[in-house]
Amino acid sequence: MKVELTVNGKQITADVEDRMLLAGFLRDVADLTATNIGCETTSCGACTVLLDGESVKSCTVLAAQADGRSVTTLEGLAGPDGEMHPVQKAFHEEHGLQCGYCTPGMVMAIASLLKENPSPTEADIRAGLEGNLCRCTGYHNIVRAALAAASEGAK
Amino acid sequence: MSILGTRVIRTEDPRLLTAGGVYVDDLKEPDLNGALRATFVRSTVAHARITGIDTSEALAQPGVVAVLTAADMTDVPSPPPADFDPDAPPVEEPMPLGGPWSEPLLATDRVRYVGEPVAIVLTDSAYQGEDAAELVSVDYDILPAVPSIEAALAGESLLFPEAGTNVCQKRGADLDDSVFDSLDVVVEGDVVNQRVAAVPMEPRGAAAVWKDGRLTVWSSTQNAQTARLILTALGLKPDAIRVVAPDVGGGFGAKIGIDRDAIVVAWAAKHTGRPVRWAESRNENLLGMTQGRAQLHHIKIGGTRDGKIKAYRLEVIQDTGAYARMSGFLPSLTVLMAPGVYDIPNVQAGYKAVVTNGTPIAAYRGAGRPEAAATIERAVDWWAAEAGLDPAEVRKINFIKPEQFPYLTKTGAPYDTGDYEGALDKVLAAAGYERLRAEQKKRRESGDTRQLGLGLSSYVEITAADGVMGETAKLEVHRDGTATVYTGSSAHGQGHHTAFAMLVQEELGIPMDKVEVVHGDTDLIPKGTGTHASRSLQLGGSAVHKAAIEVKDEAAKRAASLFEASEADVVLDAATGTWHIAGDPDKSLSWAQVAEAASGGTLTANVTFTADRPTFPFGTHLSIAEVDTETGKVTLVRHVTADDAGPVLNPILMEGQRHGGIAQGAAQALVEEVLYDADGNPLTSTLADYGVITAAELPSFELITSETPTDVNPLGVKGIGEAGTIGATPAVQNAVIDAVSHLGVRHIDMPTTPERVWSAIQSATNTK
Ligand code: FES
Ligand code: FES
Repeated sequence: MKVELTVNGKQITADVEDRMLLAGFLRDVADLTATNIGCETTSCGACTVLLDGESVKSCTVLAAQADGRSVTTLEGLAGPDGEMHPVQKAFHEEHGLQCGYCTPGMVMAIASLLKENPSPTEADIRAGLEGNLCRCTGYHNIVRAALAAASEGAK
Repeated sequence: MSILGTRVIRTEDPRLLTAGGVYVDDLKEPDLNGALRATFVRSTVAHARITGIDTSEALAQPGVVAVLTAADMTDVPSPPPADFDPDAPPVEEPMPLGGPWSEPLLATDRVRYVGEPVAIVLTDSAYQGEDAAELVSVDYDILPAVPSIEAALAGESLLFPEAGTNVCQKRGADLDDSVFDSLDVVVEGDVVNQRVAAVPMEPRGAAAVWKDGRLTVWSSTQNAQTARLILTALGLKPDAIRVVAPDVGGGFGAKIGIDRDAIVVAWAAKHTGRPVRWAESRNENLLGMTQGRAQLHHIKIGGTRDGKIKAYRLEVIQDTGAYARMSGFLPSLTVLMAPGVYDIPNVQAGYKAVVTNGTPIAAYRGAGRPEAAATIERAVDWWAAEAGLDPAEVRKINFIKPEQFPYLTKTGAPYDTGDYEGALDKVLAAAGYERLRAEQKKRRESGDTRQLGLGLSSYVEITAADGVMGETAKLEVHRDGTATVYTGSSAHGQGHHTAFAMLVQEELGIPMDKVEVVHGDTDLIPKGTGTHASRSLQLGGSAVHKAAIEVKDEAAKRAASLFEASEADVVLDAATGTWHIAGDPDKSLSWAQVAEAASGGTLTANVTFTADRPTFPFGTHLSIAEVDTETGKVTLVRHVTADDAGPVLNPILMEGQRHGGIAQGAAQALVEEVLYDADGNPLTSTLADYGVITAAELPSFELITSETPTDVNPLGVKGIGEAGTIGATPAVQNAVIDAVSHLGVRHIDMPTTPERVWSAIQSATNTK
């Protein structure tokens, strides 16, 4: 079937299989491979992107369901001048990533979490990230990064 | 000012944070254009004879290019027959067992675990592969499953009938029971170190191209060079193979070398002449990727009322899974590290390794050492509880003392340096141990339903056990003043690029942003050992350090001739990266000018650094847990650690390693376990069933610095990759048990699920 999505501000039209997932669309059709697949069963959050501004796991959404809607991936998060988003910056400064595989999903999930709750507590962040797995960092610095980005946003 | 020891944020990150990494499945190599997708047909049963495979229906599907089985592998030379002697002493290298125990690439006449690769389907698209793989029909003649260590030992069903037993390796413990006879307090029991899954967030993957008589394989691996060596099994000379490790999304030991699945992918590319890509699903990952731990321990520990432990016995049974990929290597490390940080006069330790119808077991963050630490630390707490002594006190009484180093353990481990009591004291002070004990007492007396538990673990572990294999580094300083490091070590999240560039800046004064670090390509770096066993900084880093010194010596010669001075008079100002004549700061040469004068315009050093001994990092973890006595639910409240791996090169990286290690250690103690039913069917083959620990289940960690250098390498450093995991597991487990020990509970096996904790409380209070 034919779908039309706006991805990181760019319109993409394609003929896709009905069962194609949004994650697959982003990686294989839009050629944006920052969005990673860690499970395809909605357990790990590696595939998290923003759909019309809200975070979703792109392995749980069909490309068809995203037809006519707008998607932001990690590649589209920095400002037009290339300046990193506060969450990206905080991940760098707080060593919030190691292998980087969970990172795109984590960054998108936290960007969305902070939009909903601009001054979260550590407990809010930990609860909010329950659906995003990281095997490298023990979450410690990811939580630090989220707190740092929140206080940066509050300035 | 020295850059070493300072908090330098990673140079790797900007790319990963804005564009994302390039993992195997993200590769856009032109050679991979039009690559076929590989999908494996995997065994759905634990143990069976294969009586037939019918691929015709799958082959008729749209987009299916080939369906290949073991019968098609006529172009693969059969491995040289190992002379099998059942009475030969156990092999204790991390090498697969040969002879009757051999593991095929694709199953031939038998399958031995659910998930074992049986056939490979090559299609134009991934979806077509999934559809077609389901249509490959495999006829199984089911055999009785061996789903556990107990079943393996019973020997009623044999995985390898030719071998005549399920016990593939053993090393006897010298069982002298009389040493326990006269001791005041003796504890004996079973301790399970359960099977866990590595679960790197990037599952396994590979891509391969056969072109002009050469095989190129991109693999999600911890060591491209080792992978290349293994791939020669396809009948190719090493020169005819190039292995590239792109970004790797975590390994934790389970991506050492290259698995049979990826070898089959490489073979399929060669066999069909078409490029092939493979990215496994998480379900396949939880079935097919090697898992860790899986040991059953029987212990006996005894000592006197004054707190002195006099004898310790550890009998290990290692479940190797269906194929002993590392032979007896893992349990031999467990035996080596059995007595941990204690000076125990009598230690008896031995192991048996058995095959079962489970996923093969191999290295997982610690590989044999966490099991040793978990059990001695559990045993000491168990014994202290039985003796009515404080576990911190018992540890202090029995520690190997700083003045005893170097110390050779009863099991033969040559400990280099250590200050075990120092690390413990730091943790007790930082955590407020006395206060916490007082709080615990209060809650016990008031019968609070939220009981507090304090779990200690003082560990020592062996890192870079294969230090004699060394690590390579090639350093080039170019005529534009930049430098390139080629390392045989292999990053997959640890921060090698930052760390190694820091070492070059320190030694040569070439700023980090002008130092490029390259790893994981056998064409550029033919020799290397890669990243495992916490070896990267101490071996790979020491090699970079050594190469920098060689380049400096060479540069001094060039600078001297440019200055028309004697070599003894030229000096490098490492703060600015400029060469001078001593006492004449006005005349200077840049690295660019000196390199220009070198032959070919590049200064080069090509070195291997080897260490004649391993190193032994150590530390103490204190875990503080709350247990709800009505539900058995455990909450980890605090986790305080001192992990001593010598001088810290970059605290940010070191802390990151510890954080990740602690989380994986706590995960084993609290939630994670791979389970099989009685027929050998896995019960934890999705992330919904295998509970990988989440942010919501963990607190932030409190890290304390402790730095005791080693004399084994010039940097004075030991490994830190696995220490966190090794220390955390017993600390968390001990905390859970300590919370309910006043109720009479002495031991709870991991993972300490609410159900297990609740039942332990019930049976302790019922028997009271
Ligand atoms: S890949 Fe979507 S949640 Fe794991
Ligand atoms: S950084 Fe590796 S999984 Fe999170």
